Amino acid sequence: MTPILVIVFAPLLAAIVAGLGNRFIGNVPAKLVTTGALFLSCALSWPIFLTYLGGDAPATVTPVLQWVQSGALTFDWALRVDMLTAVMLVVVTTVSALVHLYSWGYMDEDPDQPRFFAYLSLFTFAMLMLVTADNLVQMFFGWEGVGLASYLLIGFWFKKPSANAAAIKAFVVNRVGDLGFMLGIFGTFLVFQTTSIPEILDAAPGMAGSSITFLGMRLDTMSILCILLFIGAMGKSAQLGLHTWLPDAMEGPTPVSALIHAATMVTAGVFMVCRLSPMFETAPAALAMVTFVGAATCFFAATIGTTQWDIKRVIAYSTCSQLGYMFFAAGVGAYGAAMFHLFTHAFFKALLFLGAGSVIHAMHHEQDMRYYGGLRKEIPLTFWAMMAGTLAITGVGILGVFGFAGFYSKDSILEAAFARGTELGNFAFWAGAIAALLTSFYSWRLIFLTFFGKPRWIESEHIQHAVHGDHHHDAPSEEDAGHEAARHDHGEHASGTGGYHPHESPWPMLVPLAVLSLGAVFAGFVFAPAFIDSEAFWNGSVFYNEGLIHAMHGVPLWVKLTATVVMVLGFIGAWMAYIRDPSIPGKVTEQLGPVYRFVYNKWYFDELYSLLFVKPAFWFGRLFWQRGDVGLIDRFGPNGAAWAAVQGAAFAKRVQSGYLYSYALVMLLGVVAAISWVMA
Amino acid sequence: MIGIEHYVVVSSILFVLGVLGIFLNRKNVIVILMAIELILLAVNINLVAFSAFLEDLTGQVFAMFVLTVAAGEAAIGLAILVTYYRGRGTIAVDDVNRMKG
Repeated sequence: MTPILVIVFAPLLAAIVAGLGNRFIGNVPAKLVTTGALFLSCALSWPIFLTYLGGDAPATVTPVLQWVQSGALTFDWALRVDMLTAVMLVVVTTVSALVHLYSWGYMDEDPDQPRFFAYLSLFTFAMLMLVTADNLVQMFFGWEGVGLASYLLIGFWFKKPSANAAAIKAFVVNRVGDLGFMLGIFGTFLVFQTTSIPEILDAAPGMAGSSITFLGMRLDTMSILCILLFIGAMGKSAQLGLHTWLPDAMEGPTPVSALIHAATMVTAGVFMVCRLSPMFETAPAALAMVTFVGAATCFFAATIGTTQWDIKRVIAYSTCSQLGYMFFAAGVGAYGAAMFHLFTHAFFKALLFLGAGSVIHAMHHEQDMRYYGGLRKEIPLTFWAMMAGTLAITGVGILGVFGFAGFYSKDSILEAAFARGTELGNFAFWAGAIAALLTSFYSWRLIFLTFFGKPRWIESEHIQHAVHGDHHHDAPSEEDAGHEAARHDHGEHASGTGGYHPHESPWPMLVPLAVLSLGAVFAGFVFAPAFIDSEAFWNGSVFYNEGLIHAMHGVPLWVKLTATVVMVLGFIGAWMAYIRDPSIPGKVTEQLGPVYRFVYNKWYFDELYSLLFVKPAFWFGRLFWQRGDVGLIDRFGPNGAAWAAVQGAAFAKRVQSGYLYSYALVMLLGVVAAISWVMA
Repeated sequence: MIGIEHYVVVSSILFVLGVLGIFLNRKNVIVILMAIELILLAVNINLVAFSAFLEDLTGQVFAMFVLTVAAGEAAIGLAILVTYYRGRGTIAVDDVNRMKG
């Protein structure tokens, strides 16, 4: 029994127990078994990671089951562990275990907790299958498994129509990407006669420059395969064009947003590109596309992030933007930097989401930042955790001394883009730099709006509901509130609290925040040299571009300082606009009018897609439904047959009159006929 | 000389009367019972006539059976009629139209 089997299958077992046991075993056992399984997986993953970190341990493959054997097509269930997988293992199991723990507090009042925990564990299992995949088909299994879990969890509160719509949207948009991924897998099998990843990567350089017929065109084999696979990655990782599902996915519970839509699942696309990096290296056209899409997404999502009011949506667009960084890092060939940003991003983005969840919990499910303010003193632990996350995402640090996690990963990505030296690399560098400025701005904007300034809670319906709700069913606090209201009535209303007292979250929610804060603060400092510079570290699991690494060290000083400078500029901008003079944002949005509306409405992507795809699809659907199905098939098919039967029966009914003499007559005629027939 | 033909003609007439009595009759159910009696008697005449003509007693034995069956049939038929009358208050043929689905 190797540890990797336990790591992967313990969450599956827990999901089955909690999911099928559901009502029989009750809330606490279901939560215990899933959380326990995840902490077990996590505890077993770290030693594996440290082993690979310590020396050049070889990649291992643990066979599980034979799967398909059909002619040339053979593949098995097998768990492959190398450095790349080890990194993903610790990211997935650590964040998942912490999110499980966090959910004890966050989902405490939910009636369907076993279902929630079962879905979380099921997701973790699928994600682990994805990252340990030895062949493309198993990777696709994990890919679809996480998609399913994502769908289930976005729609967890299935009584909310908006949650159902968001779940369906996520699933459908992902299908578009999955079509690309599937075509990529089919094409790969066609070209290489195998789906085994190591074999494909070995054979890939030999296929460079060959061509293949696709959609009636003669195209470069490796480019078309890699572009198809990348389309899959775009869907899963919410890149420009297929990103529309990610902000809507925030309809799910916040722990889900932290685990799936920030730290792990959405990074599957980056992981896949890194896993297949030797293949992508043979396709410059595909790499150019990866770079361009990544850089464009990174800039585009950051602009939207600066305008949103919903705290979770800001972080969602931030995720989208950071994924863009990872992709253009991979696109310029810095796979180590891409994986490193994935690693650090998992910690600080999960932290930001869980912190946001804690704020939402404290503010009685109010998510609009316009109704926050002044929370720093009310929920200090959450505040400091969010600060750690913000310092990490904005990349605070001093060159050569110490920096928060994002300082190392984001800077190395920008350096790599610059060091690439191509036009596209420069484009990515400048897009990334502007996005870093915007990242700093919207992150600090979030902090300032939420934790600083005067409380603006009173305008929130949720808060008013909470205050009045307390008055009804909580007798002692009614007394207190009554006294206090009597003493401070005018003062409280003037200060905008509405008499509401936010409460700090319980310890199951604070412990994950603390652990992730450690990750956000130290992950970059500790692991940066190994992830980015060391060839021995990756040990052949991702493509190592030695020339690029040297070029990265040789970039001018101003490039190294760019990220820090724009970070400071973003901070100053946010401070000016939201602390010093809160009237600035209003003036700016008025000045920018149409531009602001364009960005605020998410570049009208949803409206565009609605016009281009959703409305025509509905129109076609209605045509086929009302004209085709109801008008033609039903009318002449089932309904026609039923009508004929009814008419025939109405006619035949008359024969059966009930009169004895008519029966007797028929009988006589029958007898006569029978006799005549026999005698004739 | 009265030959077999005369018997056959008489029995045919009786049979046709019986048959017509069943389905031309619009009065009451007792008439139908009587018509059935007529048909059976027509058959009996045939049986006896051919028995004598062919000098074979089997026909007469059969005639006795038919009479027995006819008596039983009349008894059961009348019993049903009585019950029916109690139930519905009429035995007019045109009202007896419940034999349909």
